[in-house]
Amino acid sequence: MNDIVISVRDLTKRFGDFTAVDHISFDVRRGEIFGFLGANGAGKTTAMRMLCGLSYPTSGSGTVAGFDVRTEGELIKRHIGYMSQRFSLYNDLTVWENMRLFAGIYGLTAKQTNERATELLERLNFSSERNTLVGSLPLGWKQKLSFVIATIHRPDVVFLDEPTGGVDPVTRRQFWEMIYEAAENGTTIFVTTHYMDEAEYCTRASIMVDGKVCALDTPARLKQQFAAESMDEVFRTLARGAQRGE
Amino acid sequence: MERNFASFVKKESLHILRDTRTMLVVMLIPIILMILFGFAISTEVNNVNVAVVAPERTDGVHDAVERLAQNGYFTFKGYISQNEIDQCLRSGKANAVVVFAQGYDRRAAQAAAGIETKPIIQLIFDASNVNTAGSASAYMQSVLLGTASQQAMFETRMLFNPQMKSAYNFVPGIMGLIFILVCAMMTSVSIVREKEVGTMEVLLVSPVRPVKIIFAKMIPYFAISCIVLVTILLLARYLLGVPMTGGVCGIFSLSLLYLLLSLSLGLLVSTIATTQVAALLISAMVMMMPILMLSGMLFPIENLPIFFQVVSNIVPARWYIDAVRKMMIQGLPIMAVWKNCVILLGMTAVILAVSLKKFKDKLE
Repeated sequence: MNDIVISVRDLTKRFGDFTAVDHISFDVRRGEIFGFLGANGAGKTTAMRMLCGLSYPTSGSGTVAGFDVRTEGELIKRHIGYMSQRFSLYNDLTVWENMRLFAGIYGLTAKQTNERATELLERLNFSSERNTLVGSLPLGWKQKLSFVIATIHRPDVVFLDEPTGGVDPVTRRQFWEMIYEAAENGTTIFVTTHYMDEAEYCTRASIMVDGKVCALDTPARLKQQFAAESMDEVFRTLARGAQRGE
Repeated sequence: MERNFASFVKKESLHILRDTRTMLVVMLIPIILMILFGFAISTEVNNVNVAVVAPERTDGVHDAVERLAQNGYFTFKGYISQNEIDQCLRSGKANAVVVFAQGYDRRAAQAAAGIETKPIIQLIFDASNVNTAGSASAYMQSVLLGTASQQAMFETRMLFNPQMKSAYNFVPGIMGLIFILVCAMMTSVSIVREKEVGTMEVLLVSPVRPVKIIFAKMIPYFAISCIVLVTILLLARYLLGVPMTGGVCGIFSLSLLYLLLSLSLGLLVSTIATTQVAALLISAMVMMMPILMLSGMLFPIENLPIFFQVVSNIVPARWYIDAVRKMMIQGLPIMAVWKNCVILLGMTAVILAVSLKKFKDKLE
């Protein structure tokens, strides 16, 4: 099995004169938790959209789960999971119906759906809420459920776009435990976040400034490199040089 | 990949079923409208104000007027002159005018003796309320004649609505309106809701093709519209007694085409609007107003100013309502309205093509 799950070379996206993503290159290994950091407007979302097969790169190349981002977008979509920064399950459907819907979207059979959904609910201690409307759950639970549903089809890579926005510290902690567990089971995690303490949890972190990847290493070595106490400091040092505003 | 399509249709149906209030509104509006238009426009003859034109107030005329005045259903409003007729009807002072000819008595007597033809009594009605005018005319004739020995011929004129367009003229209008409401408005709102809430993003990252997402959304609304269509047709036939001799099949197929057109319109709106409120407003202002005003639903197209007559050509409901009227009320077969069918088909093709193109462009 190929050990590199995401491989990107000189990936670029231009909108007219504006270069949103400027020749970024990096590799993500299987089972890694890859932190994708950057200020607002640094180009994170655009880069992520290209990796998800939603946006076509202007130049450069890349593969995700072994498929080309330029030509095999549809295949990529089948092998990745995605959780957006906005809560994106259906509030007027029950927990079970949401799971069944997304399992169906990814082509799971009825039997597989039943097995996996039951198993996931048990792991979350959520079995009693199976017929509860998602809209009536607290936000923390919703986020956990979103994550579980994003991985229901056992994707190679899960893209998490600021998954813990607006969630209390305890739930964030629990959320990261789920991420760790998934990574241990061989799922690669590609996560963007604003919380620099979360960056510390990543296997490796990259920091984007003005469309370019300025730094990429393990949190420990990044701190060493920038002679910083915390990732927060590393981030501030780099972001100070940014030309683009919010 | 058929499985994911089925899960989608199921999901959309659940959304609709969970929203009981909207469901009820959609199902009840057509029924309420049908009953309102069918019965609120009363067919009973009640309190018809009558003015009389009589050059000579002879005994025969007096007798006839007396009979009218004493009848509980008619109110005698007095004598007027020939040139006051129009003004009198327009102002609403009278709903009907009875005109006796010169020499009414003499001719009636001669007719009784078999010498002359029968005298003529002209009845002029304000027919903007067709049903009332129709039955009032028949009733008034029998009242005026009184006894069988009285001889007269009637000449009836219906003003303001010469074709005697009847109350069930509203049925096609209601159909033209309701399907736009259910299909276009609800589909667009439901698509835009997903954009607004953020679920659309997740769906786009999934392997489901965007076009499938859209079609899956249309199917439940299409189904609801079909139920509504059957309800309307049943009510029209058995409650309002619309003859529908033109064949239900024709009406049904044409309606299916119109449903498709409405769905495409909904898709088009959803590509323009970014919030649910915007989608609602666009549907209401850009679609409902022209249907109410320019489709011939409320006002006959022939009575509109030329400018609006021209504009009405691009209102799809105009062609639909016109065709359904012809089939439902005049009893024409679908072949007789082929021109409307072709126009609607063309409009559907254009709207669908434009909206699919716009939808795809938006995704980029």
